[in-house]
Amino acid sequence: MTANPASEGRKIPAGVPLIDGIEKVTGRARYTADLDHAGALVGRIFRSPVSHGEILRLDVAKARALDGVVAVVTGDDCTHTYGVLPVAMNEYPLARDRVRYRGEPVAAVAAIDAEAAQRAIDLIEFEVRELPAYYTSADAREPDAVLLHHNKPGNIEREVHHVFGDITMGFAQADLVREHSFACAEVNHAQIEPHAALAEFDPIMQRLTMQSVSQVGYYLQLMLARCLGMDVSRIRVVKPFIGGGFGARVEVLNFEIITALLARAASGKVMMQLSREENFITHRARPQTDIRLKLGMRRDGRLTACECEVVQRGGAYAGYGIVTILYAGALLQGIYDIPAIKYDGYRVYANLPPCGAMRGHGAVDTRHAFECALDRMARELGLDPFAVRRANLLQAPLRTKNDLTVNSYGLPECLDRVQRASRWNERIGQLPPGKGLGMACSHYVSGAAKPIHWTGEPHAVVNLKVDFDGSVTALTGAADIGQGSSTMVAIVVAETLGVSLERVRVVAGDSAVTPKDNGAYSSRITFMVGNAAIEAARNLRKLLIDAAARKLEAAPGDIECVAEEFRVGRGGQATLSFAEVVKAALVDVGTITVKGTFTCPPDAQGGKHKGGAVGSTMGFSYAAQVVEVGVDETTGQVTVEKVWAALDCGHAINPLAVTGQVEGSVWMGMGQAISEETRYLDGLPAHASLLEYRVPTIAESPPIEVQIIESHDPNGPFGAKEASEGALAGFPPALVNAVANAIGIDFDQLPLTPDRVMEALIARQRQRRLAMARKVAS
Amino acid sequence: MPQAVSQRRLLRVRINGRWRADAVAENQLLVDYLRNDLRLTGTKTGCDGGECGACTVLVDSEPVPACLVLAARCEGRSVETIEGMASQGRLHRLQRAFHEQLGVQCGFCTPGMIMAAEGLLRRNQDPSDEKIKIALSGNLCRCTGYVKIIQSVRTAAETLP
Repeated sequence: MTANPASEGRKIPAGVPLIDGIEKVTGRARYTADLDHAGALVGRIFRSPVSHGEILRLDVAKARALDGVVAVVTGDDCTHTYGVLPVAMNEYPLARDRVRYRGEPVAAVAAIDAEAAQRAIDLIEFEVRELPAYYTSADAREPDAVLLHHNKPGNIEREVHHVFGDITMGFAQADLVREHSFACAEVNHAQIEPHAALAEFDPIMQRLTMQSVSQVGYYLQLMLARCLGMDVSRIRVVKPFIGGGFGARVEVLNFEIITALLARAASGKVMMQLSREENFITHRARPQTDIRLKLGMRRDGRLTACECEVVQRGGAYAGYGIVTILYAGALLQGIYDIPAIKYDGYRVYANLPPCGAMRGHGAVDTRHAFECALDRMARELGLDPFAVRRANLLQAPLRTKNDLTVNSYGLPECLDRVQRASRWNERIGQLPPGKGLGMACSHYVSGAAKPIHWTGEPHAVVNLKVDFDGSVTALTGAADIGQGSSTMVAIVVAETLGVSLERVRVVAGDSAVTPKDNGAYSSRITFMVGNAAIEAARNLRKLLIDAAARKLEAAPGDIECVAEEFRVGRGGQATLSFAEVVKAALVDVGTITVKGTFTCPPDAQGGKHKGGAVGSTMGFSYAAQVVEVGVDETTGQVTVEKVWAALDCGHAINPLAVTGQVEGSVWMGMGQAISEETRYLDGLPAHASLLEYRVPTIAESPPIEVQIIESHDPNGPFGAKEASEGALAGFPPALVNAVANAIGIDFDQLPLTPDRVMEALIARQRQRRLAMARKVAS
Repeated sequence: MPQAVSQRRLLRVRINGRWRADAVAENQLLVDYLRNDLRLTGTKTGCDGGECGACTVLVDSEPVPACLVLAARCEGRSVETIEGMASQGRLHRLQRAFHEQLGVQCGFCTPGMIMAAEGLLRRNQDPSDEKIKIALSGNLCRCTGYVKIIQSVRTAAETLP
């Protein structure tokens, strides 16, 4: 199952560019909107103008009658719910009976061109009886609030109550107990490629081909079959190039099903391209979150107990919500040694676009609260932020209190490296006014050890094909969404076989060709697909070595393949080229196809308590980072001047891609920390463009110095773990801690926009004046 | 009743070095002309107009968002897109640098980013990081944190064209 990094895993010190990079830099890469849609109809969606209401009348007759309109679909065309969690599918692709958020799809048209489609949308008649709408968790939880879903009392989708260890004793043993409340704004993935789908329905063959932006093709295939009442085998899902995901496209999205419904209704091909505004309405990102956190600490910084309450405003439908609220509690653990933990989580419905998974799923906001609180308490006790974290480190291997396995743990080294790189000891407390340093740690799973659908199948399957031409083709269902997963597959296959990277071609994400894969989520691909690819390559290598042994008349155990040459023993004279060995291997059997699989053992799949599977993983990545800021006290502007980040990814299969992922995740954390925030006015998104939703531009983005720590996970592919999510959650608290260091104000709210900072500075000035006045008066 | 087809006119424009003459609607955007009429889909649409820079092309060597320019306004002018950057089987220095330095992840912002950077390098052979940041501040990237994008442009600037 596991590769030995000593014998395999040729080191690439700097790493390699993406195997599909040339297509991207030349403009040849085809994303969904670039696909040949000659003859395709244009799809458009009619959306609810109100936040909450009973549908009284929906009349599409005029739209249907319009010249150029080929199909119109409504909630009557799909009576099946859909959703990512089998236990929580409470959403229709097109609303039926009731609408629950502004912008919820109600009807859709397919027409010969965009103008006709838009005119048809304008002709749709829609009447609703408005119901009270709730835009905050508190309002939705009021005792007399109207229920969004009749089976969810209190508008609560899921409550979680977990206690591990003796919480009372823990707090009793503490020298310092502090409680803080934090509020983190809702944020959005804002991937640069807008959502799009191209669906083609063949009415004669009764087959559907779907090309879409999905991160998880097989979920899409399953949901299309469910919603269209089709046999799954009649649906083919093909992944074009994908312009980023960050979790936005893990769940099947309403527009994908709608496009398919339109294609079937029109007996043809429909292209749906959502506007940027519709992308924000489709949402499925990180929820607005309120956190109350109480920590107990001994004088030496040792934590004794943690009590945490999390309330997430989840939006109008279940989506991924149950998993998100479970992650928020589960990932309090697995990073520090905390003797007792109590977690209470509430996932609340509100009349807003549904939230979902976003990079660092569920873990980011609680980690933010925790790392901020840790710093504040350390300050009270006169401890250095690094010292307080070192006082609470884990000893791997271990099982956490909530039954998560930690097999490798590079956090101590991460701490050492960023402390040194940032010259923390020399500089902390020595910076000029308005400048500050802050730090924080974070971690994330390398793939959810328990998949959403428990089918008994392996967690990953990779096929390898070798043919007469000597080419090696890796077939994987794993979606490369820009993170470089196909490149990772090519590297591990090439290294295991002993061939050049150029010989390996990767075909990814076509359900007609590639084996099913659980998809691009929870940072699972490197760990799971990487291991499966190594196993497949070993199986192929064995066949090739046997063939070489036959030809060289030697024992297979004596054959080596290095740099595409097979020889007997080290320095053996007789050699065979890769092409010669492939020819020999194909005799009698023809084209060779082998496979490799990876399965997480049951003991890695989490505890037996309710919700215990969430957070379980084969390996956690660990990160520490130091952030340097400048705060302009006249404008309230926080400028990030430099970031030092270290990530324990077990082993860097492609160091270039690892640094790219760490830079990207740290930077995405920065957006959440300083500027990104969705805002709604009576349910209407007030942020629904890339001008109003403030993704940092290149101008405000700092240099990020990345250090890679390799803790060599015993189960990872060549010892590798994930690298794409773990560093994100550390940024917001490191920034808030740095701002506290710079101006002496602790912020409880994210993001630290100039208005929030200004408000705090003015409040402090007012307090100081008051104190001064009191002093003069007394 | 079918809608009246909007007024069309003949547009003479040089696209990636070749003169063309095409009938375009008066209200047609340059980005739609490039993507839909010429199938030059390397130029991307990432927003509802002028927000993201993914559609940046060069018009007479000036980087402009093709979603904010009418095709008709390019009469007699030279338009360059990402498809015109590689020549005779060789990548342009910016393309090579973005590829090798991992200035590209998902790749969606990349064509616009490269065109904006090319506009800069034509004006300034040796730009400082500050100048690079100013030149690319209208181009959003969601993957890289821009670190390797700046590195890519710097590397390209140090390479002979």
